[in-house]
Amino acid sequence: MTTTTRTDGRYRFSHVARMEWIKLRSLRSTWWVLAVTVAGAIGIAVAVGVNTKDAAADLTNNALAGISLGLLLIGVLGVLVMTGEYSSGMIRATLAAIPNRPLVLAAKAAVFGAVALAVGEAAGFIAFFAGGVALPGGIPAPALGQPGVLRAVVMGGAGFCMVGLIGLGLGAIIRHTPAAIAVLVGGVYVLAQFVALLTHSLMAYLPISIVANSLTAVKPMTDGQVVFLSPWTGLVMLCLYAAATLGVGAWLLARRDA
Amino acid sequence: MIEVRGLSKHYGPTVAVDGLSFDVRPGIVTGFLGPNGSGKSTTMRLILGLDAPDAGQARIGGRRYRELRWPLREVGALLEARAFHPGRSARAHLSALAASNGIPRSRVEEVLGLVGLADVAGRRAGRFSLGMGQRLGVAAALLGDPEVLLLDEPVNGLDPEGIRWSRNLLRSLAAQGRTVFVSSHLIGELARTADQVVVIGRGRLLADTSVAELSSRSASLEEAFFELTTGSAEYRGALDSKGRTS
Repeated sequence: MTTTTRTDGRYRFSHVARMEWIKLRSLRSTWWVLAVTVAGAIGIAVAVGVNTKDAAADLTNNALAGISLGLLLIGVLGVLVMTGEYSSGMIRATLAAIPNRPLVLAAKAAVFGAVALAVGEAAGFIAFFAGGVALPGGIPAPALGQPGVLRAVVMGGAGFCMVGLIGLGLGAIIRHTPAAIAVLVGGVYVLAQFVALLTHSLMAYLPISIVANSLTAVKPMTDGQVVFLSPWTGLVMLCLYAAATLGVGAWLLARRDA
Repeated sequence: MIEVRGLSKHYGPTVAVDGLSFDVRPGIVTGFLGPNGSGKSTTMRLILGLDAPDAGQARIGGRRYRELRWPLREVGALLEARAFHPGRSARAHLSALAASNGIPRSRVEEVLGLVGLADVAGRRAGRFSLGMGQRLGVAAALLGDPEVLLLDEPVNGLDPEGIRWSRNLLRSLAAQGRTVFVSSHLIGELARTADQVVVIGRGRLLADTSVAELSSRSASLEEAFFELTTGSAEYRGALDSKGRTS
């Protein structure tokens, strides 16, 4: 009998977070997706920069265009953090180790959210500078000291993180990889096209629109009848989406059979 | 010590476990027998709190599973061959589980050696054979050096040498005073491993007795098992609503 004296204390959030960090970093797919995301953001920033003709355009927003496209990848990675556990059977090992299920999802959100934020910020700053360097001669590159520029770059990374968390929440709710990815792509991209055609006022509330037109914009953007949300309102909306999907996900996780 | 009291669970119209009560005592190997679809796996999942029972409860050392403070240090479970991510190495898989319950990293290497996976611990576990996957599951169960072990079909996919290894392991764990609860559809193998046996059919308790007593009822343990479970024979091979086979 060796275990009787070892059961002091109990598992805490920090233990679960450590488990989730080991899980996240030990999958090659994590690093591939993050690397492709950063490389894509930089590549698009350079391509947009090289082709810039109008010095009066929102050059910061242009340089951050790749962040909006990378949303899909980070969202899918968020989905996989959860659905990968169901498709492999790992979820049963996880929940046997930590029966407190909301704690498991909270730790996943904290660890994955921190990684997504770090990568999003890195991608944002590198893309911003790369886009500036790529501008043709005669068009001055935007500087972080100009009004709203630093805010746009930082918020781009934050929006990236939030869409990742929305993916994680959807994964917890839907549990099946293809279905959860379909809902994510539908909600973030496809729906945007339909909503844009039908009701212009709703367009401003879609996640991709918030990141592309509110968070990363230095100059307030309009598109015909659509008035996009202010950066801070947009960020609050994204946080609400992430909180809602994660909240529903945690509620279902605690109630459903694993 | 595992105490199961009035445990019931249905999935849709299928009754998987029906008012099941029994004890699993420490210091011996207790076998868990029943035809396919009789509710063995469901019972194990209910004990581990993975599924919620409709009625009744299971307690481990007097507490429900979700009340355990360090679950992996108190209960080790092997539920299915594949409860790990195919893209992760055996070492990373075990390290993650160890971190969750404050188990030292050195223990990961220890159990890898114990189950004979030390040489392949850095490889993606998705490439493992069925037997190697089973060994990884056993390693995860032993990780926290728990007093209570629940093993669902641990010899599934093991070669004869692996089966003998598994038998010796289970017997030595019980000899150390641990509670060992092991299901198997290989009755002959279980007869050589278990001291006590819990037999269920259609989710109900059919017998809770010693292997010696049950064997003495007929020509062999196998004969006694078939006589007990004749009534639930139509369940053999049937799938429940979630597609599980047992």
